[in-house]
Amino acid sequence: MSVREFAERGADLELVGIQKRFPGFTAIEELNLTIPAGSFFALLGPSGCGKTTTLRLVAGLEEPTTGRILIGGKDVTDTKSHERPVNTVFQSYALFPHMTVIENVAFGLKRRRIGDALGKAHEALRLVELDHLAQRKPQQLSGGQQQRVALARAIVNRPALLLLDEPLGALDLKLRRQMQLELKSIQEEVGLTFLHVTHDQEEAMTMADTVAVMNKGAIEQMGAPEQLYELPRTSFVANFLGQSNLFTGQVVSTTSSAISVDAAGTRIVVPTSRAQRHQGEVTVGVRPEKVTLHTESPGEMPDRNLLGPGRIIDVSFSGVSTQYIVDIPGGGAVVVFAQNVGYGPVAVVGAEVWVSWAVDHGFGLADEPGETGRFPADDSTTSIAVQRREALISELEEH
Amino acid sequence: MSGEVQAAAVLGGFTESETQEDNAPGGIPRRRRIGLGDWLLPVYTVLAFVFLLIPIVYTFVFSFNDSIKSNISWRGFTFDKWLNVCNVEGGAVCQAFTNSIIIGLVATVIATVLGTMIAIALVRYRFRARSAISLLLFLPMATPEVVLGAGLAAQFLAVGVPKDMTTIILAHTMFCISFVVVTVKARVSSLDPALEEAGRDLYGSPSQVFWRVTFPLLTPGILAAALLSFALSFDDFIITNFNSGSVSTFPKYIYISASRGIPAEANVIASAVFLFALVLVVAAQVSRAARAKRLAKLG
Amino acid sequence: MAFAAFATAEVQPQAPKKRSRIALFLLLPGILYLVLFFLTPLISLVLTSLQAPSEFGDIGQFDYAFNWQNYVTVVETYLPHILRSFGYALTATVFALLFSYPLAYFIGVKARRWPLLQSLMLVLVIAPFFISFLLRTLAWKQLLSDESFVITSLKALSLMAPDAHFTGTPFAVIFGLTYNFIPFMTLPLYTTLERLDTRYLEAGSDLYAGPFTVFRKITVPLSMPGIVAGTLLTFIPAAGDYVNASRDFLGGPDTQMMGNVIEANFLVLLNYPAAAALSIILMAAILVLVSIYVKRSGTEDLL
Repeated sequence: MSVREFAERGADLELVGIQKRFPGFTAIEELNLTIPAGSFFALLGPSGCGKTTTLRLVAGLEEPTTGRILIGGKDVTDTKSHERPVNTVFQSYALFPHMTVIENVAFGLKRRRIGDALGKAHEALRLVELDHLAQRKPQQLSGGQQQRVALARAIVNRPALLLLDEPLGALDLKLRRQMQLELKSIQEEVGLTFLHVTHDQEEAMTMADTVAVMNKGAIEQMGAPEQLYELPRTSFVANFLGQSNLFTGQVVSTTSSAISVDAAGTRIVVPTSRAQRHQGEVTVGVRPEKVTLHTESPGEMPDRNLLGPGRIIDVSFSGVSTQYIVDIPGGGAVVVFAQNVGYGPVAVVGAEVWVSWAVDHGFGLADEPGETGRFPADDSTTSIAVQRREALISELEEH
Repeated sequence: MSGEVQAAAVLGGFTESETQEDNAPGGIPRRRRIGLGDWLLPVYTVLAFVFLLIPIVYTFVFSFNDSIKSNISWRGFTFDKWLNVCNVEGGAVCQAFTNSIIIGLVATVIATVLGTMIAIALVRYRFRARSAISLLLFLPMATPEVVLGAGLAAQFLAVGVPKDMTTIILAHTMFCISFVVVTVKARVSSLDPALEEAGRDLYGSPSQVFWRVTFPLLTPGILAAALLSFALSFDDFIITNFNSGSVSTFPKYIYISASRGIPAEANVIASAVFLFALVLVVAAQVSRAARAKRLAKLG
Repeated sequence: MAFAAFATAEVQPQAPKKRSRIALFLLLPGILYLVLFFLTPLISLVLTSLQAPSEFGDIGQFDYAFNWQNYVTVVETYLPHILRSFGYALTATVFALLFSYPLAYFIGVKARRWPLLQSLMLVLVIAPFFISFLLRTLAWKQLLSDESFVITSLKALSLMAPDAHFTGTPFAVIFGLTYNFIPFMTLPLYTTLERLDTRYLEAGSDLYAGPFTVFRKITVPLSMPGIVAGTLLTFIPAAGDYVNASRDFLGGPDTQMMGNVIEANFLVLLNYPAAAALSIILMAAILVLVSIYVKRSGTEDLL
């Protein structure tokens, strides 16, 4: 695909066997990924998980240690950044401060010697409704406006693939919501392939057709947002996307349709189609909003799991919903989200309650949650490398 | 270093365009109720400035002195010296001044070009012998001028090169390079690498990215380095003294005349240079502040 | 370190450096120039310092030799000057530090609310540089000479003995050195103090430290890079200065520093080996002092 042509529509992206090692640590272990043309794809993960590195590899700003990158079927691993039909919207926008807005937007077109660069640049600015500020300098614009200029500067080149590196991070909440919708509509209108990197799971789920959750340099799970959310495969995904109640125990019986796990002082039933493992010690879970709070013992419910009685140890009101934390003997703290259909919380701290959820809403994970202290572990690839190195050093010193 | 060494730090700030953030990086001291202790520092500062400026005022005032030979005692106020600057001593003062300007310009151009190239290489590229080169750049700044001057003079002597304008220019360029490197390097280091990445991302070849993105953003730093270099060269005495032979520069002229009496015309030139530089710098600062204010309003 | 003192803007995290032949092309001209006009002269200086007088030559003619005796002679003859140079330079540096720190603190910390005022004050600090430093020193010489207003008043008020001088004494030389190098001290201090995060000071007060303790334990250590840079940039040139100590300026017959002696030997006596030997001693002493100082104050990276 020649850089000189505008892409008619977006192209496929394929990453095959990508590994990226920096001196001292490995940012990406083994990455295999296919993004279909014309889709909005989100790469989601905590800081240091390797998502920005992946983006830079696709943009050509870094070279992979091993592996190949294919855009539209063509191997671009060895082409330089300025020869790839890929454009990036940078996290800091990176608008050239010494050029006006229109010069910024026209920059790529001029480098490719596209005719009527300024005309096309104005068109792109009209798309983001900023044409009236074309002669201003970037510093004279607000954060939201700068972000739109950065978008226009990338889109005007009609790249086969548009990369967005946490572009909404610096905006306040309302503006961010607005921009999420705008980005999505522009992508659908222009038909480009978008690769969006973010640590904000709500953002990823709102905007993307497909989400890939990355952790410690590898993709843990990939799929449509609802799929990932309703059926997480690993404890990391279960805890990173939204919240989960997790229970670990032994599988005591299996049928063709469900497994029964001995956890939280009782039996928890999970459909086999929603459980990754069917024997031994497994971890099962359910989302807090799927759990119902009962102020009186509800009795036997055939298709529901029931835990309790327990005591409420915390009530948090947050406008739309109220979060209850219930201490179930043998099950730990169970989180319940209840929508505030009435006024005020349904129960108070110390009240005796039961919790239940539909069996079909539970899920079984492929692994177990790790030991968590009071604060989340530092999981960035750099700190992992530093810890390993220090462990090695202390080991060597012992001899 | 008989010149404006850290003017680099300050000039770097002066010539920066409004692209740099002007806000204090570390928080602004909060307002408290004004107590006695709060007056101490401002008063001290004012007194300190008065102290710093006394010789300047003295020099300026005495440029109006109706002196004959030596300019030591006040004889009367006159504009004569300002109007007929080059008349005294067969125009020696003006000749010295002109020499200083020429030397300054040539040395500045060479030092700025060479120094900028080194600064870019140091920040952006990996190469062996980095520490050796860093040391080589650091040493001229750490070496007393006497040593620099004497060494170069000994060298010229050994090779048999006569001392004239050329040797002065060569000497000045030498000690200016390090300062240029330091100033430009600071500027290169403060460039957001994302800007150049954006340039590459937007189909700019390496040379296009350099000339259209990097270089324009470096201009304030290069300008500051050039100004610093010129200032250092213009005011240099010690190294010049060793390497000039019979050529006169402005500082050298002053030194030589010190024993028999410096004519008021020297004061005139010095005061003129001072006022020119002062106006330039203050204007730059005020215009920068005005631009920053305008930008803040628009956003 | 000294050069971090020059950077007024925040250093950005840089992309990993590239290996390229362009680096060679960029470095070569400048480095070659320095090798030719700095390194070679330095070596030349060393060789000159080892020369011996020509057998049948006039004054000013020497042959290459290994005359280590030069160094011994020079130290014997000029030991007072050597000690004086470092003594004066050290004193001047300390005075300059004491003078400049409050000034830099006011401009860099207290005046942050008014950036324009900050810049204008900085202009005032470096304004003396716009007038030749020779004229500055001469101005002080006139202002503090025996017939001047200041001195006659002091004598009239019996604050000075009737037959005392100021110019021509070590005090005058140190005064001149201090004055001339105040901007060298103030600017690095300012650069560091300007970046001092006052929230550290607030945290100190929050944790029960009084103002003096906050200054001692928080402000001073955090401004150490500036202090190191300032003292180096003052001490090094001051040690080799000879204008202030010159008889035509603020000095007298007993205040001659190494610089004066080197100049005299080189330009007047034409005793090149002596001048060269002294220069090498000066430079070596400074390098040793600087490396000890820098190592002890914990700033490793010099450039």
